[in-house]
Amino acid sequence: MSEAVWEPVIGLEIHVQLNTATKMFCACENHFGAEPNTLTCPLCLGHPGVLPVINQGAVEKAIEIGLALNCAIAERSVFHRKNYFYPDSPKAYQISQYDEPICLEGHLDVDGSRIGITRAHLEEDAAKLVHSGGEAGRIGGAEYTLVDFNRCGTPLVEIVTEPDLRSPEQAIAFLALLKNTLQTIGVSDVDMEKGSLRCDANVSVRPAGSGEFGTKTELKNMNSFKFLGDGMAAEIRRQIDLLERGLQVVQETLHYDPGTKALRSLRSKEEAHDYRYFPEPDLVPLAPSPALIERLRDGLPELPAARIERFASQHGLPAAYATDLNAEPRLADYFEAVAASSDAKSAADWVLNTRPAPVDNVPAATLAALIDLIAGGTITNSIAKQVYEMLVADPAADPAELVERHGLASIGDSGELEAMVDEVIAENPAFVEQFQSGKDGVINALVGQVMKRTQGRADARQVQELLRSKL
Amino acid sequence: MTPDTLGLTAEGCMALLDAGDVSCVELVEAYLARIEQQDGDLNCYLRTRADAAREEAARFDREGRSGLQGVPIALKDILCVRGEETTAGSRILEGHRPLYDAGVVTRARAAGLIPLGKTNMDEFAMGSSTEHSAFGTTHNPWDARMVPGGSSGGSAAAVAAGLAPLALGTDTGGSIRQPAALCGVVGMKPTYGAVSRHGLIAFGSSLDQIGPFALTVRDAALALQVIAGRDHCDSTSVELPEPIAVPEGDDLSGVTIGVPADLLAQGVEPGVREAFDRSLEHAQHLGARVREITLPTAVHALPAYYLIAPAEASANLARFDGVRYGLRLEEPGDTIVEMYGRTRSSGFGAEVKRRIMLGTYVLSAGYYDAYYGTAQRVRTLIRREFDQAFTDVDLIATPASPTVAFPIGERIDDPWAMYACDLLTVPVNLAGLPGISLPCGLSEGLPVGLQLIGSAFSENRILAAAHALEGAIGFDPVPAAMRSAG
Ligand SMILES: [Zn+2]
Repeated sequence: MSEAVWEPVIGLEIHVQLNTATKMFCACENHFGAEPNTLTCPLCLGHPGVLPVINQGAVEKAIEIGLALNCAIAERSVFHRKNYFYPDSPKAYQISQYDEPICLEGHLDVDGSRIGITRAHLEEDAAKLVHSGGEAGRIGGAEYTLVDFNRCGTPLVEIVTEPDLRSPEQAIAFLALLKNTLQTIGVSDVDMEKGSLRCDANVSVRPAGSGEFGTKTELKNMNSFKFLGDGMAAEIRRQIDLLERGLQVVQETLHYDPGTKALRSLRSKEEAHDYRYFPEPDLVPLAPSPALIERLRDGLPELPAARIERFASQHGLPAAYATDLNAEPRLADYFEAVAASSDAKSAADWVLNTRPAPVDNVPAATLAALIDLIAGGTITNSIAKQVYEMLVADPAADPAELVERHGLASIGDSGELEAMVDEVIAENPAFVEQFQSGKDGVINALVGQVMKRTQGRADARQVQELLRSKL
Repeated sequence: MTPDTLGLTAEGCMALLDAGDVSCVELVEAYLARIEQQDGDLNCYLRTRADAAREEAARFDREGRSGLQGVPIALKDILCVRGEETTAGSRILEGHRPLYDAGVVTRARAAGLIPLGKTNMDEFAMGSSTEHSAFGTTHNPWDARMVPGGSSGGSAAAVAAGLAPLALGTDTGGSIRQPAALCGVVGMKPTYGAVSRHGLIAFGSSLDQIGPFALTVRDAALALQVIAGRDHCDSTSVELPEPIAVPEGDDLSGVTIGVPADLLAQGVEPGVREAFDRSLEHAQHLGARVREITLPTAVHALPAYYLIAPAEASANLARFDGVRYGLRLEEPGDTIVEMYGRTRSSGFGAEVKRRIMLGTYVLSAGYYDAYYGTAQRVRTLIRREFDQAFTDVDLIATPASPTVAFPIGERIDDPWAMYACDLLTVPVNLAGLPGISLPCGLSEGLPVGLQLIGSAFSENRILAAAHALEGAIGFDPVPAAMRSAG
């Protein structure tokens, strides 16, 4: 395989469940984890005679998503009916947007690359099916299938990217930034395991440098970044292998099984649905006022893409640090609180290195105080780690007081360290002799002995200097 | 006392109740008795709700009443009533008890109207004769061998036969105005959006409107007052620019009525044309100016309608799949698709299946633009054409139906002949306009309906003109056949 001569082309379709109080078109509560079929009403059960009513909160969240992704917000957008028979769809059509979506033509910059957003549109989620018996995950062959309508009618925004992504890693980086952006503006729980963030990937490969697109396949509904990345990588390898053997890629929908690492075909283009879209006559077009859009724009917090840039410029952090600190809004917030009263680079080190422990169970001001103790030479780095563990156990404690109480202060400038060095020299005549006969490496053994005696309260480099001067 | 309900208007009911001549219970009993006596032959009602109606009447007798409180009403069986069977005339919904009241039912109850029962209709409102009901045909009170029109035939016939002073129907392409015409009663389709569709089992969602049947124009206005207005459950409903007024007066001076010659040339039978022309003369005597207009695109309304309405219906009726409610037919070992097929093949009648197939076809990839797209463009042109016409005239008049009531069985196997019943009413639905049908005479002993069409939300203008004409025409809405039958 020669991946160097082949260029992967990836576009993503991301479904985001909005965290509105109620569903998209009815007054049922919208939340995850309730007893099956307890969050339902005649409307989301598709009973005869019911009519959808647009959830204004969902419209506003969709607009916020559009603004956060630098999209144009359509002056007028239209809901369509997408027709298909399946038990997860009680009306046998999904109300979605088709050729007139609410958000158009945006972008998100990831690690210096601009990834185009084709569109973002509003729609309703389907019910959840649980197939029992037979082939896992499929209705055909299942002994029976249970339907949970709680999820049915949950507001969704579908975000479609341009085919601008060039590797699974870049796709994952994009998705991580998107997830953080959605989290920052507070529109969704973005929990892939619970299905509030779902991602399909359109994957093709082409000879590097080619301006044409190869035949694409669609990878369906991956429920973690890892599986999505693995699935895309496997599909890219499969396509390259086909092309190098002179075979053709067939346009189809695939499912990646993370257990077996196998790709399975769900349906081919020939079996593709004809959804018979037509404008939903029960709803009037959306026409958000410019005043509403401006109000929502003004209400947006600083977005991760901007924050990453600011972390780099304001705090002078390397790009990778700035990106990592923005993996989630809570982490970035915590970092900023720590950096407010301590050295930013040290704050970044501490915040990133103490993950995945819950970052903020030590108050930011406390961590900042701890960092100051290191910077001021009061304690060494290794002692600081001990103090941090104590703080995790007792977040209300004061680092300086802990150092004091446990006698952890550095002993570099005191006579105590010099005395210990003298003791070690006296007790290890053999090492001393070897060192003095030219075996320089032996010094480390002596440093170790001193460090052990100080229980980490000294700086190893300082100890070494002291030893050398004495010997 | 037991009042004679034949020819008894809603205003008549109110007068009897206000005067204390009859109690609400006595009034309801009188209608129930007449239904008992007559409806075995007519089949206007699919179900009565005698006990519930008696109870509601007794409450008004106990607690006092005013206005429309205590006046009975009949509901087309396409309107959901909480806990009470609602079938839309279809086998597939037999036994279905809605979990909620339709918006108009809520409003009717709030006004104190007492629903007597649910009336017969063409299955899912698809038809012009009530013969497509899964539960038998309704007979025309003027001549039991004739159809009452459709799809709201049960409601129209019930009012004509004295089985209810008021009734609600729905009109997608003429389903209120055409049966009103064939049964000699007043029927009004309001402007699209004037009445909530919440709880109306959808046929063609962009065309469906609920409206009243009554013996008089004033009664129709009273009923429309009750049901009209914005409902937050229907996003397409709006508050009326002005409240519905109960019409008075008999003057049409200053009113210009347009008569679309090209539309009328499409095949109006001579007896209907004569009665129509006589009503135009009445209008002129009342001071109206009558002038000829053209609606060249409206001539193409019927084909456009039979693309749009089935398209919407194909989606609206897809939910009847046997999974959650209504009929479910399955054999051991059936896949879900086989269960769908078995349920829908058996649950839907032939006309409904015809329209589902038609609608599915016209929305299919590769055909959408040629059929559905073209039909929508025609619809836009028709709407503009009416807008243009209403810059010159106040009202447009046509017969409501090209023919009088036709014999049961005559058109049942000829869909195109059946569809032609809607020739003069369909353009009004496509344009979303209000229209009324009021009886304007007899032809061959059967009623002829005059249709008056107005611009959007001109209900009051239509009602005022219809009321004035009604007085001048002096039509006796009691069918002779009914009078002799007692
Ligand atoms: Zn609901």
